[in-house]
Amino acid sequence: MLSPQETLDTYYLEARRDLLEIAAFLDRYDRAAERVGGKADDESKRDSLLEALSLLAQSEHPKANRAEQLLEHFAKIK
Amino acid sequence: MQIIQPHYHGIARTAQDYERMAMSGVVAVCEPAFWAGYDRRHPETFVDYFAQISEFEPTRAASFGIRHFCWVAVNPKEAENPELTQEVLRLMPEFFNKPNCLGVGETGLHKSTPNEIESLQAHVDMAMKHGQLVLIHTPHLADKAHGTKTVLEVLAGMDVDPDRIWIDHVEEQTIEPVLDAGYWAGMTLYPVTKCSPRRAVDILEKYPTDRLLVNSSADWGPSDPFTLQESIMEFRRRGHSLQEAVEIFHNNPCRFLGQNPKWDIKPITISEE
Repeated sequence: MLSPQETLDTYYLEARRDLLEIAAFLDRYDRAAERVGGKADDESKRDSLLEALSLLAQSEHPKANRAEQLLEHFAKIK
Repeated sequence: MQIIQPHYHGIARTAQDYERMAMSGVVAVCEPAFWAGYDRRHPETFVDYFAQISEFEPTRAASFGIRHFCWVAVNPKEAENPELTQEVLRLMPEFFNKPNCLGVGETGLHKSTPNEIESLQAHVDMAMKHGQLVLIHTPHLADKAHGTKTVLEVLAGMDVDPDRIWIDHVEEQTIEPVLDAGYWAGMTLYPVTKCSPRRAVDILEKYPTDRLLVNSSADWGPSDPFTLQESIMEFRRRGHSLQEAVEIFHNNPCRFLGQNPKWDIKPITISEE
């Protein structure tokens, strides 16, 4: 198994890439809304993602179960 | 759809990549001189490398009906050896006469050191004196914003024609100053460390596209020649027309590279969609 430092060094760039994709997706949505002059009729998917990001931003997760928490969170979205 | 891959390091890739690119519509690739993964010690090593990309590599590409063009330069990662850089620069002009050589590249910056800046200036100066196009590499990751700013500052202090300079590897934080200064801007699509196909299409939708180039820069590291096709698919999926795709992924390379008369592939128009 990897050490804490090896874990960061191995996966940091991929996590960086994935966050950039999320940022670009949210920007894409904002530009689309600006282009048509209105938001989506149902913004629950966007709201759900923002809530998920808030969950990830919490510094302490004693059970190290962020993925499990996110899956439970996304299960609420139809 | 006919596609041009403007930045591709063919010697690091397999014949199967050429075959699959040909089957996907790629009609031409352009191979800038690249870092070998280690610092070369001898000018003659560069001469052999330039011969490989100007003489042999076109025959590999031609086996699959793909046109192959090249650029010559000392990579910025090797600029910390100024004596070597000067000697290679002295030898480069003979390659400007090769029928597939389009200009000087990829020069640029890596860590933006004084030696790198001196090398960049010398490369650009040589290109301008010999009427060559220029392809400029901008740094990776955390060094990108500062390095791109430094590239623009260096160019601003020189007598250059922005129409003939392509600044590559731009991303969201660097594209505006490059376009504002009148240069061509390239987006390089990497699986992890550069722009992604979707982000590239976002940029294509946000900025005027007349000076934008998109490439895979596939090389010996984690890279993929088909990120370019992925970007085209994403562009089309968002409802952009085939002609709009042709303008960006075929005709824009023709317009920039066609400033060198050796580039004889012309922009195309789709008569019916």
